[in-house]
Amino acid sequence: MVNPIIKVTDVTKEYPGTIALSGVNMEIYPGEVHTLAGENGAGKSTLMKILAGAISPTIGSIEVNGEKLTEFSPRTSSEKGIGIIYQEFNLVPHLTVEENIMLGKEKRKGLFVRKQLNTQITKDVLEKMNIKKSTSTYVKDLGVADQQLVEIAKAISQDVNVLIMDEPTAALTSDEVESLFKLMRSLKENGVAIIYISHKFEEIFEISDKVTVLRDGNYIATKPIEELDYEKLVKLMVGRELTMSSRARTKKEETILIAENLFSKGKVANISFDLKKGEVLGVAGLLGSGRTELAKVLYGLYPITSGTISVKGKTYSKIDSPEHALKIGIGLIPEDRKKEGVVLGLDCEVNTNLGATKKNSRGLFLDLKKEKSISKEYKDKLSIKYYDGQLAGQLSGGNQQKVVIAKALATDADILIFDEPTRGVDIGAKQEIYNLMNELLREGKSIIMISSEMGEILNLSDRIAVMKEGELAGILPFDKATQENIFSLSSGISKDLEGKT
Amino acid sequence: MKAETKTETKSSFQFKFNQEVILLLVLIGVIIFFSIMSPTFLTGGNLINIIRQVALLGIIAAGMTMVLLIGGIDLSVASNVAFTSVVMGMLITAGIPPWIAIIVGIIAGVFVGAVNGLIVTRVGIPALITTLGMLTMLRGTTFVITGGYPVFGFPESIRFFGNGYLLGIPVPAIIMVAVFVGVYILLYKTYIGRHIYALGGNLEATRLSGINTKKVQMLVYMLSGFFCSIAGLILLGRLNSGQPNALQGFELEVVTAVVLGGVSIFGGQGKLIGVVLGVFILGVLANGLVILNINEFYQMVISGAVLLVAVGIDRIYNRKKD
Repeated sequence: MVNPIIKVTDVTKEYPGTIALSGVNMEIYPGEVHTLAGENGAGKSTLMKILAGAISPTIGSIEVNGEKLTEFSPRTSSEKGIGIIYQEFNLVPHLTVEENIMLGKEKRKGLFVRKQLNTQITKDVLEKMNIKKSTSTYVKDLGVADQQLVEIAKAISQDVNVLIMDEPTAALTSDEVESLFKLMRSLKENGVAIIYISHKFEEIFEISDKVTVLRDGNYIATKPIEELDYEKLVKLMVGRELTMSSRARTKKEETILIAENLFSKGKVANISFDLKKGEVLGVAGLLGSGRTELAKVLYGLYPITSGTISVKGKTYSKIDSPEHALKIGIGLIPEDRKKEGVVLGLDCEVNTNLGATKKNSRGLFLDLKKEKSISKEYKDKLSIKYYDGQLAGQLSGGNQQKVVIAKALATDADILIFDEPTRGVDIGAKQEIYNLMNELLREGKSIIMISSEMGEILNLSDRIAVMKEGELAGILPFDKATQENIFSLSSGISKDLEGKT
Repeated sequence: MKAETKTETKSSFQFKFNQEVILLLVLIGVIIFFSIMSPTFLTGGNLINIIRQVALLGIIAAGMTMVLLIGGIDLSVASNVAFTSVVMGMLITAGIPPWIAIIVGIIAGVFVGAVNGLIVTRVGIPALITTLGMLTMLRGTTFVITGGYPVFGFPESIRFFGNGYLLGIPVPAIIMVAVFVGVYILLYKTYIGRHIYALGGNLEATRLSGINTKKVQMLVYMLSGFFCSIAGLILLGRLNSGQPNALQGFELEVVTAVVLGGVSIFGGQGKLIGVVLGVFILGVLANGLVILNINEFYQMVISGAVLLVAVGIDRIYNRKKD
């Protein structure tokens, strides 16, 4: 029997007021891809940070090659051959690919950098990974996918025995994911152990040898991948069985929004559609097809150059600002919740009330009682988990997303635009968000939902608008909504489906 | 991440008050030190003196606090004080009734703030550069309109704003308290204050929440200009003349007081009460060192060191919490 390369024994990590990890055990063997699965907030990232030496455990021990770690620092971990690729990039945009890869470990002679040697090392790594980029390209000029690859190159440019990858495929296309997997397999053959974190089930089943599941900071189980299937894994992660609910669709009569020949220069062109009260209009399309742009035009962030929008019978030829959009009843749950959704440094109650603060004030003065009851109402309704005064920045992704939704609901908008409502949200919270959307529809709200997740679009939409190159390629009624039809519209392969309802 | 809610609330409560507690301890420490070193320090007369001396700093710092909270900075404050005080002075010596001169001066100060705000929000030049340009331009303008000479010859009533007393309390001190109370109400009791904190924390999310962020930014720069003009009036009264070269470099002392008070230069974080303490720490230091007859060069060394020590303690304390 081979000895484990990493042995985690009874590791607990406490923060003031919370326990992020509690008595976790895990063994990692050379040459395996070991997936760490769990919902957001399960403690995966905390465990990874401990292994990478970014933080130290409160109790418990970590052994690397049978040697107990006595000191926790990124340097110690790196000396022990543990490399990590964080979810967020740690690249310096204004340095070149080579400078980034060699950062902190430049080959040098005295004070001077040995440029040629560094270039050679970088080239070797890039070649090994099959990346065709010049070593002197600036990182800021690379696309997200290439930046991800540079991040990986940086990690494997030194001798690593263990490579930790935290959602490395989040920004990659399927081709790029394939070549990443190829790379992972060859690392594996060389005896490197890979600890892999992903929310994407297909990937977990494709690449993993073993899966360890964490839930609420607790160790749940370690299983070989052969013993698992989708349902079993979900059950381990969530602690209960989930059913993907399909909505009952009824015919809706009342039209609440009509867009007619909408143009916004450089963003979208010739958009016409209507939205019925109580329906979900899904918006599908490739990345960059103008989905988010359309949302931003409706929400007053991009100007309407021509065309009109009618809401509840009133016609507008421009929507000046989000303020204006909210006033006429259009709310947006934006795509990037950390950048556009919440103010991380303010508490959740304040965030919930942010859009309606002015409306709920008495003159200039805040009505704290009213705000309290509003935030309480949505906290209960959306079952958001936070304590009084907790900052939005301290919440997990799913809870943060719920706060963003609560904020939009608190403004009393009747038309809600959800832009990627479940991105980066774990499966339990996803289900809750779907249930919530259903409830909103019952209350008479209408939803425009932009999503890249096919399952989501197909399961929830009454009709599906497909965007292509800034224009509407067509609107599919529910009975014609299939993955194939969406694909052929969004890629422009077939034209015979342009039946508008 | 579930744990007992009670303990969590408690720990975040303690955390919130810690920075202010550190500042309060520093202030008390400084006061005790000077009281031991000099018998004249802790007398009623001297304390009132301190309050009068910090009034200018406090009033301008109140405006600067809001500017830093929205993630900006206003380096033009000291120039604006000199400018508005000279404008008021010149109008009075030209025979215009003082109250009209004062109103025009205030409008001038607010106007300067509005120009700063417009450039930052509409042209998109960073606040640091915008107000740096304004600092130089405005000081130049002040020298141009006065020819470089002080303006004087005012009625007694003007001195009241700088040197007068109401019920035994110096008028500048009363104005400062009024300004702090006003800004406190604005920041913590009105929706505008909520918007100020929100947009300093995350401009984009705040804008997408349907808040007119440019309007809030404009208002804050205009308020900063407004407080400068009030300070200008006090300065005019105290010096009994309009000095075109008054307060050169004072903007850095204002920023020092605000940052010492715990306001983040990146915006969104910090409390007015901290700034009040920061202002008083600097004021007590300046006063005490003069009483001890320590020369002003050492005063500069000490003020700078206090800033680094106070902010340093806070940083070290907070790093341990991470």
